[in-house]
Amino acid sequence: MTTSALPAALAEIVDDFQALEEAERLQLLLEFSRELPDPPARLQDHPELMEQVVECQSPLFLTIETESGDSGSAERVRLFFKAPPEAPTTRGFAGVLHEGLDGLSPAEILAVPDDMPEQLGLTRAITPLRMRGMTAMLGRIKRKVAELPQQG
Amino acid sequence: MPYPVEQNEKFAAYAHPERLVSTEWLAAALDAGALDGGKLVLVESDEDVLLYETGHIPGAVKIDWHTDLNDEVTRDYVDGAAFAALAAAKGISRDSTVVIYGDKSNWWAAYALWVFTLFGHEDVRLLDGGRDKWMAEGRPLTTDKPAGTPGDYPVVERNDAPIRAFKDDVLAHLGKPLIDVRSAEEYTGQRTHMPAYPEEGALRGGHIPTAASIPWARAAAEDGTYRNRGELEALYLDEAGLTPGDDVVAYCRIGERSSHTWFALKYLLGFDSVRNYDGSWTEWGNAVRVPIVKGADRGTVPVGK
Repeated sequence: MTTSALPAALAEIVDDFQALEEAERLQLLLEFSRELPDPPARLQDHPELMEQVVECQSPLFLTIETESGDSGSAERVRLFFKAPPEAPTTRGFAGVLHEGLDGLSPAEILAVPDDMPEQLGLTRAITPLRMRGMTAMLGRIKRKVAELPQQG
Repeated sequence: MPYPVEQNEKFAAYAHPERLVSTEWLAAALDAGALDGGKLVLVESDEDVLLYETGHIPGAVKIDWHTDLNDEVTRDYVDGAAFAALAAAKGISRDSTVVIYGDKSNWWAAYALWVFTLFGHEDVRLLDGGRDKWMAEGRPLTTDKPAGTPGDYPVVERNDAPIRAFKDDVLAHLGKPLIDVRSAEEYTGQRTHMPAYPEEGALRGGHIPTAASIPWARAAAEDGTYRNRGELEALYLDEAGLTPGDDVVAYCRIGERSSHTWFALKYLLGFDSVRNYDGSWTEWGNAVRVPIVKGADRGTVPVGK
C-alpha cells in the first residue's frame, strides 16, 4: 500500500499505524482519541453550527472553517470535531483526521483518497462496520471543503 | 460450585433472580476477593471496541461482540473450539460464574450473555445497570488489565435450537408471537436502520407480519437497570399481548438489541421458549419473497403461508 498520495502529516500517521501489530494499532487509536482537541467555546455553545455525521455509531459533530495563510494568499482549512468521551473509537478516528488534515489547503484535503481510512490497517481489529464511520467522516469533510466558495 | 446468588426484593420478583447481580453485590464480591482463582469472572462487553481501554471495573476482562464472538468469514458465531479458546484466554472455566456488563444499558452485554448461553455456559449473569450505573455511583475504574490465569474450558458444540431462530424457523413460527424491538421508524418501514446509525443495507423496510413493536430500551429504566417485574408485565403482557407460556421470537437488526429483550422475557418474566432471531432485519429485509408489513399496524399472517 502506498502513502505517497497522502499529505505528509497523514502519511506519517498511516506509516505509524502500519508499523504496529494489530493490537497495538488499537492502542494508538486510543491515544489519538485522547489527543483530540475540544472545539473552541464559540462552537461548544452553539452545537447547531456543527453537523452530525450520522454514519458514526456514536454522536460525532464536525465543522470546518477557513483562514488565510501567512502571506494572506493561501487558504487553510481548520477542522473542529466534537464527540463524547464514551465514544473513544469515534474520537480516535476524528483525532487521526484532525492531526493529519488540520491546516491544509482545500486542494490538499480534496486530494486525499476516499479509502484512506483502510490504509490504517484497523479494519480487522475494528470491523468493517465500525470503519464506515471514519470513511463517512472523511467524506463529510471533503464535501464541506468542496462547497467552500472558490478562491479568487 | 456457582457463586452465591444475590437476594433482594426487586430480583426476587423475577422468574430467574439468579441471572442478575446489582452493583452493590458486585462491589462487595470484588472486595471479598471473588475474582481470585477464577470462581467468578467479570466481563465487559461494549459497543465501542475501545471503551474498555479507557477504564473498566477492576479485574474485568474484555470480550468484543464483533471481533471475539462473530465468525470472521461466515455470518455466524464462533464455533466450539474458538469459544473454548476465547473463554480460557479470558480466565473463564466451564464452572465459572460469569458476570457481564457493558455500555448502553447492557445492550451488548446481553448479546454476549446470549452467545454464552448458545454454548450452554451454565452460570452467566448480567450486572443490572451495567457500566453506566457503576460509573454514576462513583465506583472505581482502572486501565490496568488483569494478569489473569487461563481458564480450563472444554470444546462444547453450540446448541442453537432452544434460543436462536433462523429465517425458516421464523417463517414456520408465523402466527405465534413476535416482538420487534427496533425503533418505531424502523418498524413502520420509514427507515431501514437505527436513527443516527450506519445504513447497513436492507432493501425493504417494515416488519415481520403480526410482530408487536416494543423498542428494546423500554425494558430499561433511566439508570440502565431492568424495569421491575410489574413494569415488564405491563409492557410485554398488556401492551404486546403475550400470554404466559407463549412461544416467542424477538428480532431487531442484527440480533443485539433483541438479546436485551430476550433476556427480559426469558429470565425476568420466565417465558420458557424465547428465541432470538439474529438474522433479524438485515436478513429479512433483504430476503426474497418473505412477507413484510409496512406501517404501524401489526398486520396479519399471509393466507396460505
